[in-house]
Amino acid sequence: MILDRKKMNLDPIFKAKTMAVIGVSSQNDSHPANVIYNKNRFRYPLTVYPVNPKGGTIKRESLYRDISEIPDKIDIAVIAARADFVPDIMKGCIKKGVGGAVVISGGFAESGKKDIQKQMVEMAREADFPFIGPNCLGVYSPHKIDTLFLPAERLIQPPSGNVAFVSQSGGVMVDNMVKFTRQGIGISVATSIGNKALIRELDMLNYLAKDPETRVIVFYIEGFEKDEGRSFVIAAKECPKPVIVMKGGRSQEGIKTVSSHTASMAGDYKVFSEVLKQYGILEARNEMELSSYCEALSSYQRCIKGKIGIITVSGGHGVVAVDNCSDLGLEVPQFTEATRQAIKANLSPSIQSIASLANPIDLTGSALDDDFLAAANVLVRSPEVDCLLILILPYSPGISTELGARISHVCKSEDKPVIAYIPNEDKYAMLIEGFELNKVPVSYSVEGAVLMAKALRRDEKC
Amino acid sequence: MLNNETIKIIDRFRDIGWIPEPEAKRLFQTAGLNVPKYIWAHTPDEAIEFAHRTGFPVVAKVVSPRVIHKSDVGGVIVGIDTDERLEKAYYTFKALDGFNGMLVEEMVAGQELIIGAKIDYQFGPVILLGIGGTGVEVYQDVTMRMAPINENDVMSMIASLKGKDIIMGFRGGEPINVKGLTDMMTGFSAMIINLEDHIQSIDLNPVICSRDRCIIADARIILKEALR
Repeated sequence: MILDRKKMNLDPIFKAKTMAVIGVSSQNDSHPANVIYNKNRFRYPLTVYPVNPKGGTIKRESLYRDISEIPDKIDIAVIAARADFVPDIMKGCIKKGVGGAVVISGGFAESGKKDIQKQMVEMAREADFPFIGPNCLGVYSPHKIDTLFLPAERLIQPPSGNVAFVSQSGGVMVDNMVKFTRQGIGISVATSIGNKALIRELDMLNYLAKDPETRVIVFYIEGFEKDEGRSFVIAAKECPKPVIVMKGGRSQEGIKTVSSHTASMAGDYKVFSEVLKQYGILEARNEMELSSYCEALSSYQRCIKGKIGIITVSGGHGVVAVDNCSDLGLEVPQFTEATRQAIKANLSPSIQSIASLANPIDLTGSALDDDFLAAANVLVRSPEVDCLLILILPYSPGISTELGARISHVCKSEDKPVIAYIPNEDKYAMLIEGFELNKVPVSYSVEGAVLMAKALRRDEKC
Repeated sequence: MLNNETIKIIDRFRDIGWIPEPEAKRLFQTAGLNVPKYIWAHTPDEAIEFAHRTGFPVVAKVVSPRVIHKSDVGGVIVGIDTDERLEKAYYTFKALDGFNGMLVEEMVAGQELIIGAKIDYQFGPVILLGIGGTGVEVYQDVTMRMAPINENDVMSMIASLKGKDIIMGFRGGEPINVKGLTDMMTGFSAMIINLEDHIQSIDLNPVICSRDRCIIADARIILKEALR
């Protein structure tokens, strides 16, 4: 059952120019196939052909009765027909030379019909015909393709970016994409692989590792087949891009009574989690970790050791940040006297005597934009720290809306990651955008900002 | 590859599903891992003769295919230092279910660790290291890695235990022989890769580590269910 991964080309699925939607109804415009057809036909740069063996018309266009009647080469077939019909439809696609398929329909292995699914897999393998699913939402790539059967007006669509999301669950994927949008995290491609009958996590990892638009790869995984996890982690370690995994299903099934201590303590999830760490894969245990890791890694893929320099205007926020760093094993080293003096020399006279120049640097509520720049300028060049956390409380009068952009430009002069904390309020949007448009990640909590720093220190892989 | 002796031992215990101690230990011994000097005595005289040869004190353990957790039934007696007490241990064990002789071993002192292996469905052979002894499941201070593991993996495993200071020497205590532990774990890992199709899990608990050496004081091999 090993897929010949070299022969399967997934580009027709993810970079399709022509699409056939099979199962479009001339009667019911809320049928999943119709939702998919309407979206791609009217909102995406694809040529789309509707197919239904019963014929008829949709929006003044005729439905093709069979895929073979379409007078064009088809890259992707989106199949949303009853499970029983799918093997024949797939046979037709292969015969026509379609590049690949997404099988949206359910009613396969997940509801006991393993034989139909097996038949499809054998057929596809024989013909080197890649297909995603069945029982999935398919693929989404901003401004390129969208096979999610969810009406566009109901969704919040993330901007295009460099994070790829591969999910066993369509719901988890869509919900996280909605949240990513709020965090300003952009997507290169998202795919829900459903029953993952043919195309599985490892295939997606191998494909995305080479995808020039993807720099971070995220997986939501409930479980692997026998020994499949082993191949996956080995491939992830070789992958030059950071890999993040969110594991669903962590509870431990009952252990039989006659057993060993090892079997009882090395439960499925515990092993999963430890092996991810061993192979330098980041495990996100909740949505906050997931979005923090994605945002940080989408800006910075280079590893750090985890020596954090903190700049704040509130002593309390500095203390909280140090606590969070310590919980996550990040170091907050003391600065040398030379570093302190270099910073002090450039501070405004009004804060020179009141600012605390230990780490965290507390510029106090009287700080001006220029004071942040003075401190940041020294720290981005200092080998004493390898990452900067800038905690901005925009309540104090000396801070302007330009601060975000100004700090970002200072930071761009050196190859050192900078992460900002700013409270998430519309009022501060321009400050936030000043950072985010310049690819400096912003967290809306101190804890999140520290999680971002942790993501950059990907343990053993570094 | 498995040697003939290993295959013979596994075959012999397929029907009970696990390999009891003297044979389990022999398996590790043939793989070059340290085990204490021991004898599988079937009479009190054999036991006493061994103790005189090795020197008191010794440990006595019941051998029985029906007793998988020996301590739970009073099947382990440590610190035996006279002929009489050794003989008494023999007759105490004789009353236990499935009695098939008594294991007598040299006493080894040091830090108790657990080294384990499990064939995980998703990841295949996995190696475990933790603070061992009878309280192992109470403290649950364990860490695991996918096999095969190398020396760096062993160092990172030690570093990730809460009890790492106990292993590396705590408040004037002597550090254990890390080289001995590393050799044992990498050797064990190589052995597990070969045993993958035959076993479900293995406990080496305790492995007793001192400044000089690491020794497998007790071992239990659970065979794969399909083979039982």
